Amino acid sequence: MTQEPVLFARGLNKRYGKVVAIDNSDFDLYPGEILAVIGDNGAGKSTLIKAVSGAVVPDSGEIRLDGKPVQFPNPQSARDAGIETVYQQLALSPALSIADNMFLGREIRREGFAGQYLRMLDKPKMRSVAREKLNELGLMTIQNIDQPVETLSGGQRQGVAVARAAAFGSKVLILDEPTAALGVKESRKVLDLILEVRSRGLPIVLISHNMPHVFEIADRIHVHRLGRRLCVIDPKAATMSDAVALMTGAKAPEASMLAAA
Amino acid sequence: MSETTGSPAAAPPRPRGPSDFEAAAARETRVAEFESRTSGLARLQHFLHANPTMVPVLVLAVSVAIFGVLLGQRFFSLQTLNFILQQVTIVGIIGVAQTLVILTAGIDLSVGAIAVLSSVVMGQFAVRLGLPVPLAIACGLALGTFCGFVNGYLVSRLKLPPFIVTLGTWSIFLAANFIYSANETIRATELAESAPLLQFFGQTFRIFGATFSYGAVFMVLLVLLVFYILNNTAWGRHVYAIGDDQDAARLSGISVSRTLISVYAASGLICALAGWALIGRIGSVSPTSGQEANIQSITAVVIGGTSLFGGRGSVFGTLIGALIVGVFAMGLRIWGTDPQWTQLTVGALIILSVAADQWIRKVSA
Repeated sequence: MTQEPVLFARGLNKRYGKVVAIDNSDFDLYPGEILAVIGDNGAGKSTLIKAVSGAVVPDSGEIRLDGKPVQFPNPQSARDAGIETVYQQLALSPALSIADNMFLGREIRREGFAGQYLRMLDKPKMRSVAREKLNELGLMTIQNIDQPVETLSGGQRQGVAVARAAAFGSKVLILDEPTAALGVKESRKVLDLILEVRSRGLPIVLISHNMPHVFEIADRIHVHRLGRRLCVIDPKAATMSDAVALMTGAKAPEASMLAAA
Repeated sequence: MSETTGSPAAAPPRPRGPSDFEAAAARETRVAEFESRTSGLARLQHFLHANPTMVPVLVLAVSVAIFGVLLGQRFFSLQTLNFILQQVTIVGIIGVAQTLVILTAGIDLSVGAIAVLSSVVMGQFAVRLGLPVPLAIACGLALGTFCGFVNGYLVSRLKLPPFIVTLGTWSIFLAANFIYSANETIRATELAESAPLLQFFGQTFRIFGATFSYGAVFMVLLVLLVFYILNNTAWGRHVYAIGDDQDAARLSGISVSRTLISVYAASGLICALAGWALIGRIGSVSPTSGQEANIQSITAVVIGGTSLFGGRGSVFGTLIGALIVGVFAMGLRIWGTDPQWTQLTVGALIILSVAADQWIRKVSA
């Protein structure tokens, strides 16, 4: 690839006592792509993702966003920089409405006296923006923007979480196991949603255990093993059993896979 | 594509293509959303889930109606209703503070102690130290806010359980109150002479032939104000979000510990205001008053439909909850029963309210 990576990391390390969670790992995400990150349990893929989303501060290594070196001491700083993460335990508040959840932590206040002095929220505006964002991503099934999130199905909740991240993430969207808890039909909708987000040009990091999902939507697959990036494979050139073999160490990566990395 | 992800569970009897699959997906969603809940009970559960304050409102309406039928004019007089309102003023104000804390899935056992300590400081500063009364009141309010801040700091920064923290500070504030006041009451005549402003909330005015105390009016205004803040400001939404799911709130970028500290500090301030109103209610400054306010305020909050697990409920519910207790206390007294029957009834109401809350919460998923 000749393009500059949007998100770029070199030589990341993170230790917890004697446990090495990330061992001199690299990471590249290119504009407009879906990069899947796969790896066996304990391979350190979630720590790697936490390091680039600010949830974990690496002990050493370099991270660049759009070519500029960055450091994320906390998730908020990564978010401010345009990296939105949808966590596996969906960061939604079940009793609050869809609109409230979309704007949780970044509410819009009214203009003028009411907003300035009475701190009044601009609920109509938040509702209309929330509805617009959900419609843009084809989440038309959600009729009432004021209904509490807990009345939604798992897939709809995931949809709201992804829509929120897509609405506010300007650079990178990170999805941690977005289909893990969902049924077949709901997974289908979430995958379509992810493709829809990509078509808007937002690059996506997808962490998943589900090989069919990964092979269906990913443009490149980052295989993580023993705390580092083993190789990057092309889902069109490799098979799922290749990926599993690489992940588990049953097979050594080919030269072309290393070159792609 | 559906083959690779397919599950045998919902397999139709004939071969399916992607279009069948999509149709099935659409159909399934509609069924789940609109048609599956048909029984009246489930519909009631759904309605109450969307409008949790309706439970206490119904209970209040029914209890007023029952006592009205049983007692007639003796119960349905403006004087009785006014009396009930005055009875619940202190518990209602402290209940607002308690609601804020319980909405964050916490609990504040020190509310009554903060109120009494603040009232004693206001009285002592004004009468014994001779400070200007507004300044003495400001000192009391500042002290109450500080007490709440201490609770909030211990809960949010040191991550101690709110029950334990406020059990400890309840003891500490109450002891401080007795030590500082030397267990001495400042009498009503003395207050009326040197610091009448302290008795302000006990004063009454007549409108449409009914007498209202400023304390009761203040309680209603406070409920309106806090309702506005909880529903129309970012801070209020954050209070609900933290009580609902603290981790989710943190991941959404809410500063959880700062918000928690502000909630406990606001609770302390409201308790100090309740302490001021308490002086008006009993006329004097008594270090032994308001001792049961913690239990009574929790009772009002719970009967008012606010969930002890946080994130659900409203201050209106608390006001209604306090009024329900007031109606039962007054109704049973007029009827001439042993006051213990009131206690017994309130106890049963608490358990029923929590059971109703649990039932309503099951609607989710």
